Amino acid sequence: MAGWSMRDKTCIVGVGTTEYGSFPETDAYGLGVKALNLALEDCGLGYEDIDGLIVNRIAYDRFSQITNINPQYMLATEAHGRFSAVSLMLAAQALAAGAANVVALVYGNNGKSSRLQYGGGDSLWAPWGLTSPGASHAMMFRKHMAEFGTTSEDLAHVAVAFRKHAALNPAAVMRKPITVDEHQASRFICEPLRLLDYCLINDGGVAWIMTTAERAKDLKKKPVYVSGYARQDDFSHASIPAPDYWYPSLRKVAGDVYGRAGIARDAVDGLMIYDNFTPTVLFALEGIGFCQQGEGGAFVRGGTLELGGGRWPTNTSGGHLSESYMQGWALFAEATRQLRGECGERQIPDCRVIQYICATNVSSSIILRN
Amino acid sequence: MANAKPLPTIDQWSKPFWDACKQHRLVMQRCNSSGKVWFPPAPVSPVTRTSNWSWVELSGRGRIASWVMMHQGYFPGFADDLPYNIVMVDLDEGAMLISNMRDLKDRDIKVGMPVKVVFDDVADEISLPKFVRAQES
Repeated sequence: MAGWSMRDKTCIVGVGTTEYGSFPETDAYGLGVKALNLALEDCGLGYEDIDGLIVNRIAYDRFSQITNINPQYMLATEAHGRFSAVSLMLAAQALAAGAANVVALVYGNNGKSSRLQYGGGDSLWAPWGLTSPGASHAMMFRKHMAEFGTTSEDLAHVAVAFRKHAALNPAAVMRKPITVDEHQASRFICEPLRLLDYCLINDGGVAWIMTTAERAKDLKKKPVYVSGYARQDDFSHASIPAPDYWYPSLRKVAGDVYGRAGIARDAVDGLMIYDNFTPTVLFALEGIGFCQQGEGGAFVRGGTLELGGGRWPTNTSGGHLSESYMQGWALFAEATRQLRGECGERQIPDCRVIQYICATNVSSSIILRN
Repeated sequence: MANAKPLPTIDQWSKPFWDACKQHRLVMQRCNSSGKVWFPPAPVSPVTRTSNWSWVELSGRGRIASWVMMHQGYFPGFADDLPYNIVMVDLDEGAMLISNMRDLKDRDIKVGMPVKVVFDDVADEISLPKFVRAQES
């Protein structure tokens, strides 16, 4: 594609993930360092090789001081989960431009032990009792139900599929399989969304090491290539639940990402979809065009997203709903491990291409291949 | 007042909105060039990016764009109301407003249902716009 020069220019070469849970004995910095040490060990590089650093949910100066990293390129990205994909794209651009040779990307979050609440407090709509990202997604989903006939039971199929995957992932926080009936019996948090439609707030750290395709060739493991990525922002509904489900932005992303990667949708083996709440998965699938708009509910029935038979195995780690809410960061670690064939019982057979999708006001998609 | 409901945070742009609410009038900024109406209040029109806008009084009529019932007790002030409705209203003039049906327990709400604004005097200086059912126009 004219104007797109990033295809396969950069790679993820190392990933590290801590345990997920409640760890009051440490903090976001301790978790971030632990993940970074694991990522370096994973690729065989050392601290002396890192000359670029991108951090998320931790302060850049304190983290650099703790680890004695003095880079020539550094960024701290915003705390929203949409910035995991943005961080990856920025690292790729920095590497391609020669601003850094090896970028460490580090995420540390102690939201569980610090009792982080995604709701309450002052905000624009607090006088009317609207608060929390979940409520905003509940509002979007109610509209989707009215517009297209989607149901809460459709969402159950998303939750059930990801929990089935989590049962195969020793790192996942919630591993007990659930049924559609159990989803339907779970209590409402913000109706029409139920407890089992929500992600899991936990402590944890994730790190990735990225470098150029050239440098990646002689490292410990097979590199994972960043083949193509696309992004479209839309802040016109930034202060209300998006009444269009970010569909126009996602259509734009879909129109760009496959051509940039040089990879057709049919060649994709598995998906990583940002699942802060179950409806987001439907919005992502519809927006990127895996099904028509409004057909997401029917599309996810019948095991479409499940390992072992579904055409589009999605969030094979259990995702945010069942592994842990690591805001997209752990989904890229899982994508890397799938493309290396390291996933054991939950391995997608002959996995060559993984596509990441995030439906939000910074909508994005990234195609990774081995 | 420990369990009072949250009050709005008022800034220089939203003060005229809240002043009008106190008089039970719903006003918003409208772009003088394009006619676009927006909320929350802002320094410039999103169309022209200039301050060529005016406060205008709205009809107070709109339709339910979506709604939820909040079951989780995030605010102590809403504890006795759980579960309570929250509505997203698509106002006839084109802006969206988040609010409640005046009866917080009302759950017989339909997307597309016509509504009109009413005002609840919740504090000395604050009146909150809420909504009630309206006749089909």
